[in-house]
Amino acid sequence: MFDLDSITEIWQTITRNKTRSILTAFGVFWGIFILVILLACGNGFDNGMRSNIEGFSTNSTFMIPNYTTEAYKGYQKGRYWNPDMSDIEAIKMKIKGVDMISPILTEYSYNGDNNVFFGTKGGNFSMKGVLPNYNDIDRCKVLYGRFINETDINEGRKVCVLGKKVYEDVIGADKNPLGLMIKANGIYYQVVGVIEPYNSNITVSGSMDETVVLPMTTMQLAYHNGDKFDFFVFTTARGYKTKDLQEEVKTLLRERHDIAPTDEGAIMCFDFEQMFTMFDYLFLGIKILIWIVGIGTLLSGVVGVSNIMLVTIKERTREIGVRRALGAKPALIIRQVVAESLLLTILAGIVGLVIGVSIMAVVSGFVGNTPSEDVMFLDPQIGFGAAVAATVIIVLSGLMAGVLPAMRAIQIRAIDAIREE
Amino acid sequence: MIKLENIHKTYFGAQPLHVLKGINLNVEEGEMVSIMGASGSGKSTLLNIVGILDNYDDGDYHLAGHMVKDLSENQAAEFRNKYIGFIFQSFNLIPFKTALENVALPLFYQGVGRKKRNALAMEYLDRFGLKDWADHYPNELSGGQKQRVSIARALVTSPKIILADEPTGALDSKTSAEVMQILRDVNATGITMVIVTHERGIANLTRKIVHLKDGLIESIEENDPDKMDFTKEIK
Repeated sequence: MFDLDSITEIWQTITRNKTRSILTAFGVFWGIFILVILLACGNGFDNGMRSNIEGFSTNSTFMIPNYTTEAYKGYQKGRYWNPDMSDIEAIKMKIKGVDMISPILTEYSYNGDNNVFFGTKGGNFSMKGVLPNYNDIDRCKVLYGRFINETDINEGRKVCVLGKKVYEDVIGADKNPLGLMIKANGIYYQVVGVIEPYNSNITVSGSMDETVVLPMTTMQLAYHNGDKFDFFVFTTARGYKTKDLQEEVKTLLRERHDIAPTDEGAIMCFDFEQMFTMFDYLFLGIKILIWIVGIGTLLSGVVGVSNIMLVTIKERTREIGVRRALGAKPALIIRQVVAESLLLTILAGIVGLVIGVSIMAVVSGFVGNTPSEDVMFLDPQIGFGAAVAATVIIVLSGLMAGVLPAMRAIQIRAIDAIREE
Repeated sequence: MIKLENIHKTYFGAQPLHVLKGINLNVEEGEMVSIMGASGSGKSTLLNIVGILDNYDDGDYHLAGHMVKDLSENQAAEFRNKYIGFIFQSFNLIPFKTALENVALPLFYQGVGRKKRNALAMEYLDRFGLKDWADHYPNELSGGQKQRVSIARALVTSPKIILADEPTGALDSKTSAEVMQILRDVNATGITMVIVTHERGIANLTRKIVHLKDGLIESIEENDPDKMDFTKEIK
């Protein structure tokens, strides 16, 4: 349909009527430009927010014991209970779909004073007893040494892993911490590692940054907990529903701890997945809104192109009439007008796309594209898919914009050009 | 070449206007005919019908042996492109195209390739002494030059007929004489020529003068242009 000759003819018409062409194309340029900027900003916020929850397993559920709210099997209501290691084993054995499960034991400074010391330097930090797999759920970067391992657990070693802030405040960032002995709540532990959380926006009883992490067994011994702990977290395996698992785990715990089957208050459940799903929906909503606004802007641009083309067709009555008199067939006139509109919108759209992407690349350079603490805005760029979608929209809108003016153009008869004003 | 039989044309506006009331006219191949008449006599309408720019209500029109009636837009465009060259009073050159491109445009609609098109267009421009002006836009040309470009454009497809609507209407007497001389030269090569004019001086340069009045042919005057003095006729 478009041989080189036709394209040259169209190109000539566009480039030799520059003002008209630029005015016509501006609407589409602006529409695409705004769409790109909006999409990129949306992605920027999306990336920023997601980087805040990065490093944390988004399919994890926390199960926290609470006072019972119903009397059951001779027990009064208002009884406190604690999960223990046999619960963990039972859940692992009986409930399919639990991917990882990790108990947690916490301690704080008794009186609010400094409780962690190295020599005379001290600070007030929380303590957490965990199993090695805890690092798979609340992921941390290991800066020095290692995380808690199985041998620590089995032997009840008096070792600890320090959060980065603990290390910097108590030991000092210039010292190699490995092997040093620190005192926490009156007991000495040997430092085997320093960790930094990938993200400090989701914390479980205090940021890992400000926590002294101990092997679960060591902590249970030190604080006379037997094999009890405070709460636990599990993640859902692929293909299982978190909601179902929660109910199964709750039922099992109720049986094992003589809690009434109807007692909803005795086990608190904190579902990250639900929160993250909300997050997803929120961003989906924002994205839809952006596309609606962007396409709306683009559509007004298209209407603008169509409108100006319509006006110029009226202006070009003589030109088109002469072309008709010289032997241009109606189909050729339609082709010419639609192709002009198409070429204009495509050019304008691509310019808009390129400028939009370039500006956002510069902006991205300023705000950075690596996750760091507390960013709201990260790597604001549009994806390849969005760029392709935008291009398709440009082409479609170019065609759309050309149809009405083309219809008008073929109504111009050759005789109209001949008539003297 | 052109055979009109009992052509009727009515414009239906607020008041129906019966413009042509039965025109019978024969123009042989190679003739040079002028159509004269007061404004409103129907001469432009006649030219439009002959040029297949407008249709007619009743009668028959044969062009180069083909019956021209109720043609589709495509057929009409083809006929125009193949048989007819137009010359307009206001030149009707496309303002954003150079002289060369304007002349080459009808060939573009014939599907002639770019190289051949431009070579042919250049040949015609050269014939009218416009070779050096080929790359100029119409607004850089004088009236006479513009009309010569439009004559070149009309001729480039080697049509059978040239239809000229007041070809000297926008020109001064000196350039008018030049343009008329060119048209006569063109006619001398065997191309039929029909000129619509209201100037007696222009009509006097044609061999046959058709007088139109109120939609009818009043008289057809035979004329010998060779006896005419150019400079005297065109003032």
